[in-house]
Amino acid sequence: MLVASLLVASFLIFAALYLAPGNPAASLSGGRPLPPGSIRILDARYHLNEPFLAQYWYWLDNVLHGNLGISIVLRENVSTLIASRIWTTAGLVLYASLVIVVLGVGLGVVSGLRPGRLDTTTLVVTAVSAAVPAFIAAIVLILLFAVKLRWFPALGGGTDFLSNVRHFTLPAVALAAASLAIVARVTRAAVREEGDREHVQAAVSRGIPARYVIRRHILRNAAIPITTISGITIASLIAVAAVVEVAFGLNGLGAYLVQSAENKDLAVVQGISLVLVTAFVVVNLLVDVLYAVLDPRVTLGSRAQ
Amino acid sequence: MSAAVPLPGAVSRHSQAWAVLRATGPAGITSAVIIAAATFLAIFGPLLAPYPPNLPNLSLAWVGPTGGHLLGYDFEGRDVLSRLLAGAQTAVLGPLAVVIVSMTAGTLLAVIAAWRRGASDAVISSGLDILFAFPGILLAVLAAAVFGAGLLAAAIALSIAYLPYVARVLRGAALKERSQPYVAALEVQGASARSICLRHLIPNIAPLVVAQATILFGYAMVDLAAVSFLGLGVQPPTANWGVMISENQTGILQGYPLPALAAGVCIVVVVIAVNVLGERLFEQAQADRR
Repeated sequence: MLVASLLVASFLIFAALYLAPGNPAASLSGGRPLPPGSIRILDARYHLNEPFLAQYWYWLDNVLHGNLGISIVLRENVSTLIASRIWTTAGLVLYASLVIVVLGVGLGVVSGLRPGRLDTTTLVVTAVSAAVPAFIAAIVLILLFAVKLRWFPALGGGTDFLSNVRHFTLPAVALAAASLAIVARVTRAAVREEGDREHVQAAVSRGIPARYVIRRHILRNAAIPITTISGITIASLIAVAAVVEVAFGLNGLGAYLVQSAENKDLAVVQGISLVLVTAFVVVNLLVDVLYAVLDPRVTLGSRAQ
Repeated sequence: MSAAVPLPGAVSRHSQAWAVLRATGPAGITSAVIIAAATFLAIFGPLLAPYPPNLPNLSLAWVGPTGGHLLGYDFEGRDVLSRLLAGAQTAVLGPLAVVIVSMTAGTLLAVIAAWRRGASDAVISSGLDILFAFPGILLAVLAAAVFGAGLLAAAIALSIAYLPYVARVLRGAALKERSQPYVAALEVQGASARSICLRHLIPNIAPLVVAQATILFGYAMVDLAAVSFLGLGVQPPTANWGVMISENQTGILQGYPLPALAAGVCIVVVVIAVNVLGERLFEQAQADRR
């Protein structure tokens, strides 16, 4: 299933950009008129005169060998260009995921277990924060923590690990903000629902210590919906990272994808789309695997519902 | 839902809609008022703008609020309030178009899959599963690369990207509805599949469709604004809330945050309203179905 859906996705990406208006030989030459001999050489090298399916086959063969073509703007291998930027995006998404899991789930569990003022505050704050798109969160965070308080840098990446953490904190929080709120709300609802169940009440009334009840009965059962929502939101970060990278001037895959789309650098657009779609599909697969680990009733290949 | 289907004509559609809205409580009604106001601005905003929204005057760049210019001037010295009012058009009508296209196509696909089952269902469901691999923003960027940047390409891309999310929920609801006894009864009476679907099945899942459309509007608004922020949606100098944030972003660093923040607040307020109302409508629709 994973291979099939990646294969179809790769076909769609190739087909969409194959249909893009413009003459490939002209874009390879940068728009300069070419002598017929050079056109013939280009046609032969890039298989430009062959049927569509044959071209897809050559492209796929190259992709599987790690050759994603050449950027017509930078005249470099697309795989090299992607490799130099992939860690910015991966780091950003991982940092944001960490923030979501630690703060989102933590906040949800605490407010789910203790109704009261903290719980009400969490509900209101998360309702607002769930509606704040990443790029608006970005400008608000820059204004507060970079311009006013000067705690974090506003733009760009760092040089070593510590300065990277400093540079990536605001982007990661901006990326995480909306998802964090959604995860906290779902976690809170799941914990509340499990906590109200009869077997939990029975365990409490039999005098079983609260931490055992919470860990073994509430969290174990609430883990399924929490995993679902965390998985869905974290997977969605992969695409939204582009917006955050642009807002913070980070040189990641997403920002490069947007720039290449503007420049019609189609080989780069194909390559990055392929990487992002693969990452998205793989993260969703990992969530499915995690279900099977968390819930023995779920067997791989069937979705938990 | 099944037991208490009102007789046609017994309750007018108008008062029915009002009853549904009133049941969402004060928060729901407030949200509906905000959404109505945003829709009003989307239609009449450009006419209400007190100053020309696209006329630059560089000598007034970044000037703060003054009499007659409540929100001051942007980076090119244009009146921010006028640009907000004019920008409501693309910011609200764009997502509305996305929701209409996506919900119509999604409902049709879901009902066809649920009604025919078998091969049709398998084809539709696996097609949607493959689309699921493309996040909305990625598809919009791809569309911009192929067709050139613009609101139309982005809106079409997002309509397609949302299809699996819409159709998955509605297919489940339609499947449940399909197995209701009234459907079998109508079939025995010789009613055509088209008339059962259009006159009974779709009206019965309508509350869920409306709730989903409301929630989807929030996603569409955020994603379209994000694409415009990236420079691949609405093109400057046309006023748009997403564009206003990106073009005035330098003001944040230079100490003139108002133009960018004002556009951000507009987006967030509408999205909160849509989320609150959508959540209430969804809960109602789910409660009705049980």
